Amino acid sequence: MAARKKLAIRGGRVIDPAQGIDRIADVLISNGKIEEITGKSDGHTPDGYEQIDASGLIVSPGFVDLHTHLREPGQEWKETIATGTQAAARGGFTTVCAMPNTEPVQDTASVVDDVMRRAEAVGVVRVLPIGAISVGQNGKRLAPMGELADAGVIGFSDDGNPVSDANLMRQALAYSVDLGLPIINHAEDKRLGAGGVMNAGAVATRLGLAGVAAEAETAMVTRDLQLAGLTGARLHIPHVSTIGSITALRSAKERGLNVTAEVTPHHLTLTDEWVYGQHGEVPESVGPESYDTNTKVNPPLRSRADEEVLIEALAEGLIDVIATDHAPHAATDKICTYNEAAYGINVLETAFSSIFTLVDVDPKMLSLGRLIESLTAGPAAILGRDLGSLEKGYSADVTLIDPEMKWTVNPQAFASKSVNTPLAGVELTGRVVITIYQGTKVFDLRNHG
Amino acid sequence: MTTSSKTGKTSRATRTRSGTRTSPNQADMMADPRRHLLDLDDLDALEIEGLLNSAEGMLEIAGRDVRKTPALRGKTIITLFYENSTRTRVSFEQAGKILGADVINVAASTSSLSKGESLLNTVKTLEAMQIDALVVRHPHSGAPYFIANHTDASVVNAGDGTHAHPTQSLLDLFTVRKHLGDLAGKRIAIVGDILYSRVARSDIIAFQKMGAEVVVSCPNTLLPDEWQPGSILGQQTGFENLEIARNVDEAVEGADVVMALRIQQERQEAGHLPSLREYSDRWGINSRRMAMAHDGALLMHPGPMNEGVEIASDVAHGVQSVIEEQVRSGVAVRMAVLYALCARSRSARNGAGTEN
Repeated sequence: MAARKKLAIRGGRVIDPAQGIDRIADVLISNGKIEEITGKSDGHTPDGYEQIDASGLIVSPGFVDLHTHLREPGQEWKETIATGTQAAARGGFTTVCAMPNTEPVQDTASVVDDVMRRAEAVGVVRVLPIGAISVGQNGKRLAPMGELADAGVIGFSDDGNPVSDANLMRQALAYSVDLGLPIINHAEDKRLGAGGVMNAGAVATRLGLAGVAAEAETAMVTRDLQLAGLTGARLHIPHVSTIGSITALRSAKERGLNVTAEVTPHHLTLTDEWVYGQHGEVPESVGPESYDTNTKVNPPLRSRADEEVLIEALAEGLIDVIATDHAPHAATDKICTYNEAAYGINVLETAFSSIFTLVDVDPKMLSLGRLIESLTAGPAAILGRDLGSLEKGYSADVTLIDPEMKWTVNPQAFASKSVNTPLAGVELTGRVVITIYQGTKVFDLRNHG
Repeated sequence: MTTSSKTGKTSRATRTRSGTRTSPNQADMMADPRRHLLDLDDLDALEIEGLLNSAEGMLEIAGRDVRKTPALRGKTIITLFYENSTRTRVSFEQAGKILGADVINVAASTSSLSKGESLLNTVKTLEAMQIDALVVRHPHSGAPYFIANHTDASVVNAGDGTHAHPTQSLLDLFTVRKHLGDLAGKRIAIVGDILYSRVARSDIIAFQKMGAEVVVSCPNTLLPDEWQPGSILGQQTGFENLEIARNVDEAVEGADVVMALRIQQERQEAGHLPSLREYSDRWGINSRRMAMAHDGALLMHPGPMNEGVEIASDVAHGVQSVIEEQVRSGVAVRMAVLYALCARSRSARNGAGTEN
């Protein structure tokens, strides 16, 4: 590789929760690594450094996303490793963990190798693969988890397909103990969910859409936590969305179980009332803008009560991290009836801003430091890798944020191949303006507008 | 033009029931042109009354020896049905034909939809054939709204999933109004498969808009989770003031209208009900329960009936039953709807705003 430039990020508010840093300082980068965070911004730049003026900006470690769907191989019309990592860079993410529900499924070392090679060739940020729990993600028989671990996966998931068989889940957890990697199980009792397409409740009743009761998630989260206790394995609960899940999680953590949990930006900021298609307003009457298929996601957008509890749980650290569950889908998957629409929201490029807008509205609800921690040090700890911090010698992955910038979401301008977000036309506060990966700028808003 | 629009509000409320000379152009007096009928929640009581009044005239036309008017001559209406239906489709077809429109029936199945043409492409294809109105029935809630977003034609919801069935509600209102007059303060008991019933949802909205009190009763398994028996729903449910009875007797007690909803065999198979026999015993409408209702109460059913399950044969065909009359009302109401949506529209095919 060509020798990387030396960079000096000058005068920004450096927030690095892993090191307990929150001060105006300069960040020096050389050879793709963090060289130093200065004591303060002293106005002197050593010779040979390219300068980035970060005054007024927040300087954060690059974000780490534990839950991304890159769709390659197999569904390249929705997203590719190239476009998905570009979207990540625009959203301030320098590491994304690729879910294995590709075609073919990432259930053998050869498929994982292929994804890693492609990522090396065309990815603009780091891609870490997740392996399948079961062969073909069909919940019948364990995938070769040892082989997958050797190939470099960071955990195991049949994402989208819950491991319904409690015994298989027990075996997966027990088997993973030796490998030291987490099991990430999409928790949903499909029988209890009974064909629902949105959260059960007043909105579903009013729209005549079949509802999934929150208990369909809570029941399986509770089961999985019990099995984690039984096996002593590491369990990571993806996209928690219900009050009941939080209650179960709290109890498990109090027992000292080795469990972690993530929450998505959309479950923190949107509710089932968004299905009315009026940006969360409840209209007098159902209208043509209702049944907004871009709100269809699994787990579904929940009630306001759930949303409040999720924010509190994230703020206090009970929920460890924010993960996007970035799920790009082609227009044809969403231009249809609500029942027919694919599950998933395009999140990477709005993730930080959508949550930061909350922080901006009420910092008591969620602090900026905690928000950044849950996007950096939090997920890095779950990965057990030297990421998510600006510590000397770490990969120079840095995200610069303008906390004042107001912008309106325009999905047509996304780097992602897909546009499936319910936030189109919504004004957000705070925006990622520069993303640096291994010491190289991979996104600069000034060049992209 | 016989009525003046100068008086604004009152002109739309003016009743024309006395007139035997039909004046289908009454719909012309509506202040803001309505393009679609997707549910009744976006109509106010005056607009609903306007449609019912128009339907009175239509009923007279439909009863003539030679029942044909040129009101919609040259207009093309397509019925696009993704679910089996005899009465609703025939009712719309007859309504359109009496008004002189060309009616084309398209029976689609969702199985061909899933492996073949998308709903969007189907709609675009039909629209390219220059149509004025699409009458849509679809098993997915919201499908007519989706279609309305993607066509310039008028869309009439003929039943979408478990969401709405506005013309059924209009004909229910029409039928009840004929017998009981003003609906204000009347007690309407709806008994049956509330969770899955589009008729229930639209009827609750429709009768409440006209000032009636609505009470529902059904097994708890067929009630939305957030509705509790023995309560009156609050605003946040979207069905404010709806009464949820503790049992069917409480619901029908003193009712002016008793409406039984169809119970489908699938509910038993899906575990909602132990058996249809038990349903019939505990929720079926029979002569004992009708006797608890108000004197002269009406018995209604949107059809098709499972006689002996949700409704006993003797009362279904007894003196209080207006079930066949509902069917007759259906044609008149659908004529009124098609007329209101299509008559004035210079039709999508000529382009909005162009004269000729």
